[in-house]
Amino acid sequence: MSGQLPGAHSPDKRLPVTARSWAQARSGVRRRIRTASTFPLGSPPWPGTVELPPADKTLGVHYDSEWARSPFARRARTALQATVANPLLRALTSPSVRGLDRLAHFDEPAIFVANHSSHLDAPLILSVIPPRWRDELFVAGAADYFFDTHPKAVLSALALNAVPMERQRVSRTSAGRATQLLDDGWSMLIFPEGGRSPDGWGQPHRPGAAWLAVRSSVPVVPLYLEGTARILPKGSRRPKPGHVTVNFGAPILPPSDGDSRTFARTIEDAIAALADELAGDWYAARRRAAAGTTPPLSGPDATAWRRSWALGAARTGAGPKADSSRWPWNHRP
Amino acid sequence: MTRPGFVLEVDRSTPPILTWHGEGFRLENLPAGRSRVIYPPEPLESLRDPDAAIREALASPLGDSKPLRELLFPGMRLTIAFDDISLPLPPMRRPDNRQRVIEAVLDIAAAAGVDDVALICALALHRRMTESELRHAIGDRVYDSFAPIGRLLQHDAEDPEGLIHIGVTERGEDVEINRRAAESDLIVYVNINLVAMDGGHKSVATGLASYRSLRHHHNVKTMRHSKSFMDPEHSALHSSNWRMGRLLAASGVKIFQIETTLNNDAFPSQTAFLQKREWEWSARDRASYVASTRALSLLTPRAARSLFQSIKAPHAMTSVYAGEVEAVHAETTRMVHRQQLVEVQGQTDVAIFGLPHICPYNVNSIMNPILVMCMGLGYLFNLYRGRPIVREGGVAILSHPTPWAFHPVHHPSYIDFFEEVLSETTDPVVIEKNYEQRFATDEWYRHLYRTSHAYHGVHPFYMWYWGAHALEHLGRVIVVGGNRKAVRRLGFSPASTIADALEMASDVVGDEPTISHFHCPPIMIADVK
Repeated sequence: MSGQLPGAHSPDKRLPVTARSWAQARSGVRRRIRTASTFPLGSPPWPGTVELPPADKTLGVHYDSEWARSPFARRARTALQATVANPLLRALTSPSVRGLDRLAHFDEPAIFVANHSSHLDAPLILSVIPPRWRDELFVAGAADYFFDTHPKAVLSALALNAVPMERQRVSRTSAGRATQLLDDGWSMLIFPEGGRSPDGWGQPHRPGAAWLAVRSSVPVVPLYLEGTARILPKGSRRPKPGHVTVNFGAPILPPSDGDSRTFARTIEDAIAALADELAGDWYAARRRAAAGTTPPLSGPDATAWRRSWALGAARTGAGPKADSSRWPWNHRP
Repeated sequence: MTRPGFVLEVDRSTPPILTWHGEGFRLENLPAGRSRVIYPPEPLESLRDPDAAIREALASPLGDSKPLRELLFPGMRLTIAFDDISLPLPPMRRPDNRQRVIEAVLDIAAAAGVDDVALICALALHRRMTESELRHAIGDRVYDSFAPIGRLLQHDAEDPEGLIHIGVTERGEDVEINRRAAESDLIVYVNINLVAMDGGHKSVATGLASYRSLRHHHNVKTMRHSKSFMDPEHSALHSSNWRMGRLLAASGVKIFQIETTLNNDAFPSQTAFLQKREWEWSARDRASYVASTRALSLLTPRAARSLFQSIKAPHAMTSVYAGEVEAVHAETTRMVHRQQLVEVQGQTDVAIFGLPHICPYNVNSIMNPILVMCMGLGYLFNLYRGRPIVREGGVAILSHPTPWAFHPVHHPSYIDFFEEVLSETTDPVVIEKNYEQRFATDEWYRHLYRTSHAYHGVHPFYMWYWGAHALEHLGRVIVVGGNRKAVRRLGFSPASTIADALEMASDVVGDEPTISHFHCPPIMIADVK
């Protein structure tokens, strides 16, 4: 044996250095973490044959987030957004905001309605929405997702001023709470698709947002977010920096006849038109909207691979792309 | 409740009065007992929902015009013309009135299935706008829809292929306008009517015209017979444009006119003291004044200019009318007068005009000495109805630094006009007779106007003619705080202070003259009885 230092490992005992072996080592770590979080180290699953105990009346849709609108919590939230969330989101998403001029003469409480494809959507909208709404805005959060445990409920309420909302139906509890807040002059952010898009295309809108707007006579401001699904799609835990465009639409007044189903379609069409604007030019989008040929957010009715293929093509043409040459990688203006 | 304009009689307890001085302002004491200060009305209430008001105006037009929707059809040629960067002043915050109106028009055009749409910036002989200026005026959505496909045009008054001669008026005036506009099935003209002179037939007959057409009313004779430009009934400029506009209508050019008015909310809230009456200044206003004057004294002229040019006014829309040109303009003029008219009793021997940093021709540019003359004697002097605020043979005192400085890109012919023409004579008639043609037909100026961002070669002449009525009316013009050499080149007298200027004025109007201080901006029109 020549050249081996005393105490050095033999080649078969050295740390893995190839990409494959390194990935195997990382998956081993993940496996150990998962093992630690499952029974018996984690909580046991509930047998399906055993009747569930009565639901915890302090969680889910019953969670009382009133404390999150106290002056102290509002100041804490503002500080949190200004010092942590907003800088982080700017670095991660480089957002470009369009259409705010459509709100120049509008300062009433509103229901902001957006498409939803990422956990980044709500904090991102809060970071770009003008202060006259942001300071008094609550987010409709899925009761079964954000309010199922106390830590998640506290974090959602504090960071986003989230209010629990049922996804499958508009219950009296959640609807009453949202209506009360709207009547008190608060604005609302809601994702009427009810959850994040599984594949990047939009999902059918649920009528809750339209129903609340009609019920409270509050205008709806449609929003279209382009790009968050590329940064942190559903199922992903590690964000990939990119570029996001937020397109604000003009406020839409709820119909006087109280037809919330038709109004829900109007809102969906408005968001689709905002998406169409980003894909091409505004006048062409207006022409398609007038002709009723705006491409739907739900994508083509086809098999999964063709939908995925079409989504790639749509993204290629949609708005400014992630700019790899921007600062600090390239210092030239 | 908006307070109307006000005339303050100065007495011994009157505080010093704010007087503009280019990129700055001063507080000046006026002689008690014989001075008055003319204050503009306060800003009118703005429209609560401007977009809804625009839609309503397009659906319910004035005069014999049909609603816009009924004038649009698939396969038609639609041209939307709009005012250039000279309006409004200072430039307004986004969204600009033009953007709101053009988007509303395009929404209807989209619903009607109109494909052949072109937008034309009605420059007349002004400089071409830059991309950022266009984006500010018409908005990113419209810009991005039409500029990349070459459908956002800037009028070229020197393009032989792009112009068409429509005919000659009964007074022998050539009417030659933009070919694309004239050959369209419909021209929609989008105005911002900052003063009573804007809009009406002047929009198309001037904004989309050629030099051959413009020379019929942009001349010394017309300017001297426009008393004033702001009073349509006594303006030869107005009459000439109306003759041309009626010829256009008679020859089949269809125009759908849209006019918008603004309130006179000209400055951001941080500098609210600029449009307040001095005795009503709060502690905050006084602190703002002291802080801003101190800060400005530390800045170089270039930095101060950049700072002032970055001001975006919180102007708000007060009305919008659409339809047939003359019916629309009558309503718009009424609204402009409602915002700007101030009743003033009689004339005085002396008028003091503090000149601000901006005039229609130096947006994002330099207020050169010729523009100082035009702003003082062409615009501020002419902001009257009835009679000028200063008597015939009286003295105008202008306050402005009047730098010997020119923007080489925007105002190339101004430099030569200042060096070659004004060094020989300041008489508008002689200037028009001996020099205008040479500058108007100079190939280099023509090239710069068409391809760069330069005003047309003849533009400095028009600026000089703009003040021809005042030059004829006044006994003397004194400029306070200006570059002495530049002021003398203009044919005016330099003075260091307002007190010195008043002393010099007494040589012309006698001791103890009566004085009017025109507290502008914001813009107003003195209705002199």
